[in-house]
Amino acid sequence: MNKKEDAPIRIVLAKLGLDGHDRGLKVVARMLRDAGMEVVYLGLRQTTEMVVTAVEQEDADAVGISMHNAGHLTLAPRIVKALEDAGLDVPVVVGGIVPESDLEAMSEAGVAGVLGPGSSAEDVATCVREAVAARGE
Amino acid sequence: MDEKKEFRTMSGVPVAPVYGDGPLPGEFPYTRGIHSGMYRDRLWTMRMFAGFGTAEDTNVRFKDLLRAGGTGLSTAFDMPTLMGRDSDDEWSIGEVGRAGVAIDTLDDMIDLFADIDLGQVSTSMTINGPAAILLAMYVAVAEQGGVERSKLNGTLQNDILKEYQAQKEYIFPPRPSVRLVSDVVSFTTHEMPRWNPISISGYHIREAGSTAAQELAFTLANGFAYVEAAQAAGLNVDDFAPRLSFFFNSHSDFFEEIGKFRAARRIWARWLRDRYGAQDERSHKLRFHTQTAGVSLTAQQPEINIARVAIQALAGVIGGTQSLHTDSYDEALALPTEDAARIALRTQQIVAHETGATSVADPLGGSDYVEWMTDEMERQAEEIFDHLEELGDGSILEGVYVGIENGWFVGEIADAAYRFEREVNSGERLIVGVNSFTEGGDEEIDLLSIDPGTEETQLKRLTEIKQSRDSDLVEKALNRLSVEAADPEINLMPAIIEAVKVRATEGEIVQALESVFGTYVEKAFV
Repeated sequence: MNKKEDAPIRIVLAKLGLDGHDRGLKVVARMLRDAGMEVVYLGLRQTTEMVVTAVEQEDADAVGISMHNAGHLTLAPRIVKALEDAGLDVPVVVGGIVPESDLEAMSEAGVAGVLGPGSSAEDVATCVREAVAARGE
Repeated sequence: MDEKKEFRTMSGVPVAPVYGDGPLPGEFPYTRGIHSGMYRDRLWTMRMFAGFGTAEDTNVRFKDLLRAGGTGLSTAFDMPTLMGRDSDDEWSIGEVGRAGVAIDTLDDMIDLFADIDLGQVSTSMTINGPAAILLAMYVAVAEQGGVERSKLNGTLQNDILKEYQAQKEYIFPPRPSVRLVSDVVSFTTHEMPRWNPISISGYHIREAGSTAAQELAFTLANGFAYVEAAQAAGLNVDDFAPRLSFFFNSHSDFFEEIGKFRAARRIWARWLRDRYGAQDERSHKLRFHTQTAGVSLTAQQPEINIARVAIQALAGVIGGTQSLHTDSYDEALALPTEDAARIALRTQQIVAHETGATSVADPLGGSDYVEWMTDEMERQAEEIFDHLEELGDGSILEGVYVGIENGWFVGEIADAAYRFEREVNSGERLIVGVNSFTEGGDEEIDLLSIDPGTEETQLKRLTEIKQSRDSDLVEKALNRLSVEAADPEINLMPAIIEAVKVRATEGEIVQALESVFGTYVEKAFV
């Protein structure tokens, strides 16, 4: 990371695919903003390419995607790979409905963290901070 | 049970059908219920929402539910179907058959309802953007099986306005979408007299984070908007208003929910009579479906959701619902297993047959608290109607369009959702198992997993249909559709029925309409 250490974390938040459940992601956006981060909220129906472009243009430190439609095993690994292919060393955090039995597969696919229902504001901010810190090492 | 003339409590005390002074249930403004006898005469419809995988998979679940004593079907479609995209669309990858059943062509719809007598059952279809297409397919399936469209019973959600406000499953911009809604209303009014063409839904508004009063007000405002649109399309209010139905959420604050349901009936009755000139009392009666609050289900200690659902179901019944879906305890984690869905249905049956809540209409009517809460819900709703009228220069329909376009609805809902989340975060509001009483119950439960082969099966089927159909007929039907879409005076239903019959896919029909109507993109807004 060539940013100043005290610069706020900048995170791109997006919903991938067709799913329109955006309550959780909007709440997370405000939580992260309240925690002092800069939030780039892309909103609904983003493609992998749109997210990668936003990360490049915004010089983001992390990506948060929200999944409620059981598509996480398809879409999350795809975005991790696309970021890697673009040479972007940026962690991906997934929020939403991810069954416990899928956690290992998500981790193997390179997802930096998974935030399930009931995660507190502190859980969310900590997860993002730790994911970003781990990349900076 | 129908023979039971006298109603007694469990201990043998005879009870009257209703207590208190008028206006009684069955009397204007129907605050206390739309029928005088309420559940003594007829229980609510126990309508369980189901759908996953291929049409054949869901057909099996439908038949199970009917055998288990369910009295109506309710169809959940997968995300691509809800968004008007075929299973082979690039956007559909990973989502085919996941959160509902995949429907691409009429053949899927034929499989979905195989061996079910559509002349006997009532079917609810939860679909909005492409609602007209799925209705056309249902009509075609029935007619192919020898059931006339005029005999069909059911409900199409077809409530596009709340999509822009809350659920976000829109395709076209608001105005042409409302034209499609009006086309369906007009078509069913003339040809399908037993069909409910719109289920005006607060459910999703509440799930997205609104308060109870916002759910009430936004939903009724959308209802008024559809009335204004249909009147503008030349329909007489009493010809269609009796077939409008509503769909509300039942959340955990028991008395607030009951106040909300009672206020909804009173507001609708008054507005329909006084503002829209409805004279038929059936136009004044607000009928509604209820679903327990999916958003209240916790992933932590999932079994305790059974208790939440029971309380929410009871609120819906005491509030006078006409049909009810009870959520399954595992739905914070996945689509429900068969066992979980059975427990949810049994919960309704316990409310119906063991609690005595069905013996007396509006059993909480006359409670100072419940009457005050009913008034308070109405007061808050009226404030919101005033705001929308102002936005729309006297028209609720225009006010709703403006509120969608300027982000007012989504902003109000996001503010309320964040307020709630902060209360939970600070511990000001306790959620059992989440921020309090967190010990125990964390063993993994069995979850439904969708056969990963579903997508492949569905794609293969779609390819076969595309190869075997007459492509000239498809092209002709789609051309007719785009031509007619450009003329707002033409009702699009006949052209859509023709298109589905020649096996145009859902996605192709949507594209033909999109070429004229355009696509809606929401401004990203936190």
